[in-house]
Parts: sequence; C-alpha cells; structure tokens
Amino acid sequence: MNPTVLTILHFLQTWWVELTCGVVIVAVVPLVAGYVVLLERKLMADMQARLGPMRVGPHGLLQPIADAVKLLIKEDIIPAESDKFIFWLAPVISMVAALTSMGAVAFGPAFQVARDINIGILFVLGVSSLGFLGIILGGWASNSHYSILGALRSTAQLVSYETAGGLAIISALLLSGTLKISAIVQAQYDQHAWFIFLAPVAGFIYLVASIAETNRAPFDLPEAESELVAGYMTEYSGFRWALYFLGEYANMIVVGSIATTLFLGGWLRPFPNVHWLNWLDFLPAVIIALVGVYCIYRAGKQPVKVQTGFMWAVALGCFAVAFVFAALWLLHLFHRFGVLIPLNLDFILPGLNGAFWFLLKVSGYIYVFMWLRFTLPRYRFDQLMHLGWYILIPLAIINVFAVGISMLLEANGVNRWIGMVLTTVLVLAAAVFLVRWHDQRTESASTASLTPDSYAG
Amino acid sequence: MMSPAHYLFLSLALFLIGCVGVVTRRNVIVVLMSIELILNAVNINLVLFSRIFGDVAGQVFALFIIADAAAEAAVGLGIIIAFFRNRETVLADEMDLLKW
Amino acid sequence: MLDSVLFYFFAGVAVIGAALVVTSRNAIHSAVFLITTLLATAGIFLQLRAEFLFIAQIILYVGGIMVLFIFVIMLVRLDVPLHHLRFRMKNLVVTVVIAVLGAEAGAIIYLARKLPGQGLFIQNMAPPDKLAPNSEKLAESLFSGYLLPFEIASVLLLVAMVGAVVMAKNKKRTEEES
Repeated sequence: MNPTVLTILHFLQTWWVELTCGVVIVAVVPLVAGYVVLLERKLMADMQARLGPMRVGPHGLLQPIADAVKLLIKEDIIPAESDKFIFWLAPVISMVAALTSMGAVAFGPAFQVARDINIGILFVLGVSSLGFLGIILGGWASNSHYSILGALRSTAQLVSYETAGGLAIISALLLSGTLKISAIVQAQYDQHAWFIFLAPVAGFIYLVASIAETNRAPFDLPEAESELVAGYMTEYSGFRWALYFLGEYANMIVVGSIATTLFLGGWLRPFPNVHWLNWLDFLPAVIIALVGVYCIYRAGKQPVKVQTGFMWAVALGCFAVAFVFAALWLLHLFHRFGVLIPLNLDFILPGLNGAFWFLLKVSGYIYVFMWLRFTLPRYRFDQLMHLGWYILIPLAIINVFAVGISMLLEANGVNRWIGMVLTTVLVLAAAVFLVRWHDQRTESASTASLTPDSYAG
Repeated sequence: MMSPAHYLFLSLALFLIGCVGVVTRRNVIVVLMSIELILNAVNINLVLFSRIFGDVAGQVFALFIIADAAAEAAVGLGIIIAFFRNRETVLADEMDLLKW
Repeated sequence: MLDSVLFYFFAGVAVIGAALVVTSRNAIHSAVFLITTLLATAGIFLQLRAEFLFIAQIILYVGGIMVLFIFVIMLVRLDVPLHHLRFRMKNLVVTVVIAVLGAEAGAIIYLARKLPGQGLFIQNMAPPDKLAPNSEKLAESLFSGYLLPFEIASVLLLVAMVGAVVMAKNKKRTEEES
C-alpha cells in the first residue's frame, strides 16, 4: 500500500480515541448547550409558578431544535459599515475557545481528549479565557454604540473576575499539589475530603467569579436586555448569534466542570473512602431507575395521548440506561463468583459510574447558577467592579495565605479540620472587615462626591 | 525527521519579518506588534535549545521574556495613549516635535 | 512523522500570520493576525514538549497582551480612511537589506547542518517519552535556582503596571477639578 496511506492509518489507529472524543465534543456539546437553555427556561418558569415552553414537542422538549432551525433559516444581516472579516471571526473564536477547553476536561477516569496533560486545569482556564477575544472583536466589528459599550464592560468584568477566580483556584491547587486533572481527583480521594470542605471560601469565591465570567446574572449587565439591548450581541442575528449564545452556555459547562474537578471531587462518588458505604456504587442505576418510575407515574396523568406515549418512552429510556448499569454490575458479580461468561466489561464500570457522578455534580453547579439568576437582582456596573477589585481579589489573596497556613499547621501536627476552621474564620473576618470598610467609605463619600462615575448608567 | 535547523529557520523568518515591520510601518502600534514578533522568535530559539540540551533554563528565560514583553507592551501602549491625547495621531511620521 | 506534520503546520501559520501582521492596512487586522502567529508559536512550544510555556504563552500573550493591544487600537481609532500603503522606495530598500542579511544567516544555518557538531545535538536529545515532567521541573528551578530573577520580574511587572496607569491617566479632568 501507499506509505502515506499506511502512515495515515497508523495515525488513526493510535489516536482514534482522542479523535472520537473530539468529534463527540464538537457534535454533542452544542446540542447539550441548547438543552441547557431549555432547562433554564423550564426552571425559570418553575420558580415563577408557571410552566415554561410546553408546545413544541412533548413538554417543550423539541424547543431547542425548533430554535436552532429558526436561527439557521434567519436572514444573515451584516451591518453596513462593519469590518466583515472580524464580524465573521468573532463568534467563531468564542465558540472554538469554549469547545477546545472542553478537550482537557475529564468526565470520568477515562474520558478525556487531552489525556493526562501535564497542565490540565491551566489548559482549561487559559483556553476558555480566549473567549474574551471573541467578545471584544465582536463588539468592535459591529460598529454600533451598544455593542462597543457592552463589549468593553463585559471584558472589563471578565478580566477582573478571572483574577479572583484564578487566585481561588490556586488555593485549591495548593491542596492538591499538581495541575494534572486525574491527580487532583486522586488527591481528593487520598485526602478523604472534597476540597470544598478543606477550602470553602475558595469554593465560594470561585462560584462568584465563575458567575461573573460567564456573564450570568446577577453580573449580566453587559448583556441585559433592559440596559444595553443585547450588548455585544446586538448586531448579530441568526446563526452567528446562536454561536455566541451556545458558546456562553458551553462556557458555563466548562466552568462547572472546573469547579467540580477542583472543589467537588470530580468523578468520585460521595464518601469514596468509606468502605461500608460501598453500596452507594449502585446508586447511579437506582437513581435512573427511580426517574423511570416517576415518569411512569406521571404518564397516567398526562392530558394528551401523545404526552402519555412520550412519558412511557422516556421511562423506557431510563430503564434501558439503568439496565446497562445493572447489567455491568451483574457481569461483575458473575465473574466474582466464577460463573463463566465470555465477556469481561469490568473496565467500563468505573468510567460509567464516574461519568454519572461528574455529570450530576456539574448539573448541580449549573442549577445553582440558574437559581441565583432567578433570585438576585442585577449589579450595577460600578458596584460589580468594586466587588471584584476591592473585595474579592483581596479576599482571594488572603485565602491563598490561609490555605497555606492551614497546610503548614497540618504538616506540624495540628488536626487538619481544626486548621481549616481556624483559617476559614480568619478569612471570613477579613471579608467582614473589607465589606464594612467599603460601606463606611461609601457613606462618607456619597455626600462629598458629585463627579459622575463614567461607567455607571 | 526534525533537526534544529528547521526551528532555527522558522525563528529567523519570524525575526526578519518583525524587523521589516519595525522599520517599515508608520502606525506605531503595528511597530509595537512587530517587536512582539521579534520577542517570539527569540523565545522559539530558547525553547528549542532547552529541549535539545535538556536544560530547563531556556524555558525559564523564555518565561521571563514573556513577562518582560507584557511589561513593555503595557508601558509602550501607555506612552502611545498619552501621546495620542496630546497630538491626536499615532503615525510615526507625524511625531516630529523634535525635528529641527 | 506526526512531529513534522505539526511543525510544518504551525510554522506555516506563524510565518504567514507574521507576514500579514506586517502588511495589513487595518490595525485591528494586524492584531488578529498577530494573535494567530502567537497561537502558532504556542503550538511550536507544545511540539517541543514545553507544555507550561505553551499555556503561559496563551494566557499571558494572547489573553493579556493582545487584549491590551486591541483595547488601545479601539481607543485610538481615528475613523481612518485607511491610508493606502503607498509604495515608498525606503520600504523596498529596507526590506531588501534585511532580506540579504537574513539570507546570510540562513546560509550559515544551512551550511552548518552537516557539521559534526550538529549531529551531536540530535544524539543527546532525550526522546519525548523520557522527558521529566515539564511543569514540575520548571517550578522547581523557578523557585530555587532562579528565585532572584523571579522576584525581579515581579517587581518589574509592578513598576510597569504603575507606570502604565500613571501615563494613561486622564490628567485634564483632575486639573479642571482642582
């Protein structure tokens, strides 16, 4: 055979797992991001005592597909005086940054594109921060006031909160001692605690910073509809807007994955070291089966036949997935008891279970994002910048010191939890001091300063 | 098979294009960007030799060069903004206050 | 084999991007092409197994310095009718001179390929799978052997930050207020 063909085949043979994962990420993540949009609308409706999208498809489940079709067939409007090359490039940068950073995220002990890269977490952080470029260039290329203002505000906000988030991540990395994702989760297994329990203030700071980084409420001034039309997305319509929007939601998933890996134990089940809780390993199958049972219960209550049929279909789907989990367990048991079945699929089990717990935790984190969005009012831009620079960054720096001190205490024999409690109390005292100092300054300055702040309003 | 010569040619090409940019362009900001190109060419050289000799000093030096480039870009752009505020221009031809 | 494909890809993108930086009429286009060149250089670092420098380049250069450049270009945009790149004799002379110097240097590199010294480089080069983990080695040397330059670099960044803020501050408004 042709040597070129041989080398290509050899390349495919060595790298087919990574290539498949890459293709899966590019194909699946936008779809999942679309369904996260639907989930958000349903949650928003639930918290506002209404039903949300119900018409398109049973229970509105085909809504994202309808939205995608609508956006695809919309007219592609390009503003007249805009810079066409940059106008085309900006949403592409945003989406590519979000998807590439998904490449180093590990959904389970075996699912990762950039397998065990030396700099795991830093790669995800760094590449996802390339999304800012998409925002600035998009705002500039639209050649409109709202766009530029929105882009500048958004970028200023992102840069400020990225510093605070990075410092919070450093606190968690101090505890793990390495940047490799698999080693970080292994460190949480070895230290018998999720890092959110060992560095809770860091977890909280990262939560706030990640909300600001993804431009979500209460930090969504740059793209709030009542403030800036749609900020940097104003002049984008149709598929370009869809790229921006999906990039934002994919960014949310990435940020949730970072937080889960660093703070919430990654793919470990709750209490991974406690052996008498090993029956928790069966939980994924049980939970999915329970969801199926709930669907069957609701199937009888649907008003329309189509929806009943749909509920039965979802229930059957859940049972099928639960069966897959259970079947692997049964095979494992058969092997343990020596029953000869010529199929050893044991190696899939940790991966599947790990992926389930990981996705559950990421979903929980995104649920907290959405919950905060529907509950809290929006921050004004100068308040936002003040919070980022005056309160969160000093707090994050103090937290790095505190985590270092608690590790030092632990190395010198003090019980780890006592050290953690002491340093957390210290950091919270510093936080209270910072906030009260700010309050006193604004009280004394509010009567004196009449110069308008150039960012407000 | 890669030899050091390939990487040396690449860094030479980047260096030369950066030099041409520094001397040729009128827009001062583009001149600063060409300087960044030159610094990158040097970085590639440093990392190449660090890889060949297995000595991490090359990568440490390259990291310092990146930090230094950041500092220089910040200060240089500050100067440009200050000048722009006074003279409303960023073209090197029109910055001729000291011409006799 | 994969190494050479990656190298040629990244090298090609870097050189083409650099050429476009230097010859674009629009400053923002130059900035975007510089971003491509910087990303390609980061790829070269990754291909030389310097992973930490790869991500440092992306975070610092592309995510930091280029954002700064783009902000400043947006600030000093003069609503320029893009002045046509007039053909100037000076530019041609300079390009030719630099090209000649470059050809000299290139000839030296090319002729030195076959020298026995160059073979020595390749033989001593560690194969990729036997390399020590890059971030750990870098961190070790940065915080032990090269601690002084590290501290000096941080002071330098502080000085640059203060200097940039002072220079870019809006002085007219404070004069009016006082």
